[in-house]
Amino acid sequence: MPRILHLILYFLLLSTCLSAGNILHVGAGKPFTSIHRAIAAAKSGDQIIVYPGVYTECPILVNKPITLSGYGLPVLDGMGEKEGIIIDADSVTVEGFEIRNTGYSYIEDRAGIRVKKTKYFNIQNNRLILTFFGIYLEHAKSGIVRNNAILGKPLGEANSGNGIHLWYCADIDIDGNLIKGHRDGIYFEFATKSRIRNNVSENNLRYGLHFMFSNDDIYTRNTFRDNGAGVAVMFSRRIHMMNNLFHLNWGQASYGLLLKEIYDAEIRNNVFQKNTIGIFTEGSNRINYTDNDFLNNGWAVKVAGGCDKNNFIGNNFIGNSFDFAAVGNMHSNQIEKNFWGDYSGYDLDRNGIGDVPYRPIKLFNYVVDQTPETIILMRSLLVEILNFSEKVSPVLTPAEVSDAAPFMHRYSR
Amino acid sequence: MIQIHHLKKTFGRLEVLRGIDLAFDQPGITAVLGPNGSGKSTLLKSILGMVLPDGGQIQFRNKPIDQLGAYRKDISYLPQIARFPENLRVAELIKMIESFRPQVSRSTELIQHFGLESVLQSQLGHLSGGTRQKVNLVLTLMYDTPVIILDEPTAGLDPVALIKLKELIIQARKEGKILLVTTHIMSLVEELADRVVFLLEGRIYFDGKPDSLKERVHEPNLEKAIASLLSGGQLTPLSSNPPSQTRMNGKAIHSILKT
Amino acid sequence: MLRIIRYSFADLIRSRWLYFYTGFYLVLTGALFFISADLSKVIVSLMNAILFIVPLVALLFGVMVQYNTREFTELLLAQPIPRRSIFLGQYLGIASALAISFLLGAGIPFVISGIFISSEIWNFSILLLSGVLLSYIFSALGYLLALINDNRIRGFGLAIVVWLALAVIYDGLFLLGLAWFSDYPLENAAIFITIFNPIDLARILILLKLDVSALMGYTGAVFNQFLGTSLGMGLALIVLVIWAVLPVSMIRFISLRKDF
Repeated sequence: MPRILHLILYFLLLSTCLSAGNILHVGAGKPFTSIHRAIAAAKSGDQIIVYPGVYTECPILVNKPITLSGYGLPVLDGMGEKEGIIIDADSVTVEGFEIRNTGYSYIEDRAGIRVKKTKYFNIQNNRLILTFFGIYLEHAKSGIVRNNAILGKPLGEANSGNGIHLWYCADIDIDGNLIKGHRDGIYFEFATKSRIRNNVSENNLRYGLHFMFSNDDIYTRNTFRDNGAGVAVMFSRRIHMMNNLFHLNWGQASYGLLLKEIYDAEIRNNVFQKNTIGIFTEGSNRINYTDNDFLNNGWAVKVAGGCDKNNFIGNNFIGNSFDFAAVGNMHSNQIEKNFWGDYSGYDLDRNGIGDVPYRPIKLFNYVVDQTPETIILMRSLLVEILNFSEKVSPVLTPAEVSDAAPFMHRYSR
Repeated sequence: MIQIHHLKKTFGRLEVLRGIDLAFDQPGITAVLGPNGSGKSTLLKSILGMVLPDGGQIQFRNKPIDQLGAYRKDISYLPQIARFPENLRVAELIKMIESFRPQVSRSTELIQHFGLESVLQSQLGHLSGGTRQKVNLVLTLMYDTPVIILDEPTAGLDPVALIKLKELIIQARKEGKILLVTTHIMSLVEELADRVVFLLEGRIYFDGKPDSLKERVHEPNLEKAIASLLSGGQLTPLSSNPPSQTRMNGKAIHSILKT
Repeated sequence: MLRIIRYSFADLIRSRWLYFYTGFYLVLTGALFFISADLSKVIVSLMNAILFIVPLVALLFGVMVQYNTREFTELLLAQPIPRRSIFLGQYLGIASALAISFLLGAGIPFVISGIFISSEIWNFSILLLSGVLLSYIFSALGYLLALINDNRIRGFGLAIVVWLALAVIYDGLFLLGLAWFSDYPLENAAIFITIFNPIDLARILILLKLDVSALMGYTGAVFNQFLGTSLGMGLALIVLVIWAVLPVSMIRFISLRKDF
C-alpha cells in the first residue's frame, strides 16, 4: 500500500513539473530578442519572461495557453498604429507590461489588450498608456482583469475609446483597476454574470461605468469620481450596486448614477456625494434604493416619469440642495424611513420616527423646473417664505411624494 | 481776528442770515442777542465752519476759513445742546478731545474748578443735565485759545457753577481774549458784555456798547431797552442791504426774548 | 481719523444693544449646534439668519447711532479736524463694532466646536466674510439715510423700507420677471440683476460654496462660467466691496455739504 502511494505521489510531482513547462527569456542579451519568436517557440504551459526594453513588434498574438510576463515593466509600443496584445487562446496570462501608443482610429476599435472568444484568461498588473481602447473583451468568458492601470488622454467622445470594454461576455472579474481619461471607464454590452469590484474610474468623458443590455452583474466597492456621469445602467436587469462611492460627477446633465429602463435592481449602501444629480432614474421599475447616503448633491434623486414599484427606504439625505424631484405619477412608489436633514417635525412618542410626514419636494423645486434661471434665488428669504407657505398649504407639489415615517436621526453606517 | 462779509444763509425757504457784516478784532466779551430763530447760532456755527454759507465770506486771521478746519485750533466752542456718546466715560471723552488739539490742556484745573473729580469714571449717559453742561464747559475752556464762542453757556447750570463760569469768563477777558456769547439771561449780559450785537430775522439791528443801547432808548435796563428798541419803531438794520418790513410790537418781541 | 474710529468704536462696543446683538448670535449659533450636529446644516441655517438679520440690524444701528451722536458731532466739528475724518471715522467705528460683535457672536460657538480642523472651514469663513461685508454695507446705508434725513421717524422708516426692498421685494420682482420672460435667454440678465442687490450677492457667495453641485446642473454657459469658477467668487467679492465703498463715498459727499 505505501508503495502505491509513493508511486502516485511521484507521478503527481512529475506532472506538475511538466505542466509548469519551460521558461523562455526575451530581452537584450537573452536567448530571444523577439517576443514573436519566443511565442513561436513556446509550448502550452510555458512561461515567457520579457525583460526591460521597448519592443516595437506589436501586435503580439498569443495563440497558445502560455503565461506572458513582463519583468521590470517592459514596454510594448504600438507606434501609433498597432494593437498591443491579442489573446486568441484559452488559459492565457498577460502580466507586468506597459502597453502604449496604439494610436486612434475611426475604422477599427484598436485596443491595448484584446481578448477574442477565449476562456480562463488572466490580465493583471499592466499599465496601459494612451491606448485607444484599453482592454477589449469580445465573446470572452470566465476571465480576470485585475490591478491594471489604464490611463488615457481624453480628447473628445468620438475619438476616445473605453477603458475596459466587454462585448458578449460572461463571468468576468474586474477587480482593482484604475481607469482614467477614456470615453467610458468600463463598458458592458451584453455582458452577464460578471463582477466589478474595487476599481477606481475617474475623469472619463462619458460614464465611469456603463451597462447596456447586460443582466445579473454586480459592482461593489468602486469609486466613480469626476466623470461625465458616474455610472449609467441602461436596458439591463438584476444589477446589484453596492458600497460604491459616486463623487463629484459635476456638470450639465451630469449624474452620480443614471438609470434608464432597468428592472429589479438593488442599490444599497452607496454614497452619493457632491454630484449634480445623485441618481437620475427614468422608466425603471422594481428597484430597491436602500441604506444609501446622499450628501451635498444638487439633486439627490430625480425621478423622471415611468417609474413604478420602487422603494426608497432607509437612506440618509443630508445637505442636498434639493432632496427629491419627480415628474409624473409616483403613486406606486414607496418612500419610507429615510432620514431627511431638512426635516423639522417632532417625535412625541419617542419611537425614533417623526410624527409628521416629510414632503421632500419643495415649491422652489417646482419653480426651478419651470424656469431654471431662478436657481440663482436659492436660499433667499423670498424662497424660504414661498417654501414655507407651500408647506402650510400645498398646492403645486405632488402629495404622493411623501415619507410617512421619516427617521429622526441620521443612520450611522 | 474774525471778519464777516455779507454772510448769507438759507435753510430751505427760510432766510436765516440775510447779509451780515461783522468784525471781531478787539479783546472783550460780545453778547450776540436776538429772539429764537434770529440766526444767532447759525452765525456762530458759520464762524466754526459747521454751517456752510450760501453767500459772503468769513475770514479768520485774514484767511478765508476752509473745510480742513485747522484754524479751529484757535477757537473754543461750547455747543448749545450738550450730548455725548453715552457709553464713554468722562475721562475718556476729555482725553479724546485733548487728542485732537496740539495745545496744552488745563483740564485738571477745570475739573477741580467745577468739582467733577467724582464723576470722571462715570459713563456720560448716566450724568445729569447740569453735570453734563459742566463737562461741556471743561471741554470748551480747557484750551488757551484767542477766541472763545459760548452758545447758551448757562443752560442747566446751578447757581454755584454759574458763578464759577462767570469767573472763568472774566478771567478770559483779562487775558485779552475775544469772547462771543449768546444767552437769554440779560443780567449776565449787563454784568459782563463789552459789546452787544442784536440780531433779528437774519440782520443786525444793533452793534455797540450796552450803555449806548440803553442811552439810545432811554431805558436803564437792557432787557427793557431791547424791548423798547423793538416797539419804538426804531428798527433799522445796520447792514447795507435794503431794510425788511418788520412789523412787530414790543410785547411780542418781549415774549420772544423771554423764551 | 483713527482717533475718531477708536473712540466711536469704544463707545459702541459698550452699548447694550451690541451686547444683545452678540448674545443673540451666540445663542443662535450655539443652539444650532446643539440641535444639529451636522456642520453644513448649521452653516445653512446660520446663513439664512445672517442674510436676514445682519442687514436689518446694521441699517437700524447706522441710523440710530447717527441720530444719537448728532450733538456730539457738533462738538467734534468745532475741533480742528477735517469733516471727512469725523464722519468716515464715526461710520467706520460703527461698522467695525457691528462686524466684530457679529464675528464674536457667530464665531465663538464655531471655534468651540472645533470647526478649524473640519472641512467646513472654508464655507464658514465665507459665511463670516459675507456677514462682515454686509455689516459694513448696511451700516453705511443706514448712516447715510440718517445723514440725509433730519426727521428721525422718516430716517428709521426709510431704513425699514430699504431692508424690505432688498431682502424680499427685490427678489420677488426678480422671480416674477424671470417667470414672465422665461421664453427668453435670461442668464445674463439674471446675473446682472443680482449684482445690484448686496444681499443677493452675499447669498450667491455662500451658494457657490454650498450648492455648487446644483448650480452646475444649470445648462446655461454663462451661469456655469460665472458661478462655477473662482471668477464668480472673485467678482461677487469685488462687487460687494464696491457696494461697501459706494455709500461711504456718498457719506463723504453729503457730509462735506451739510450744515449742522
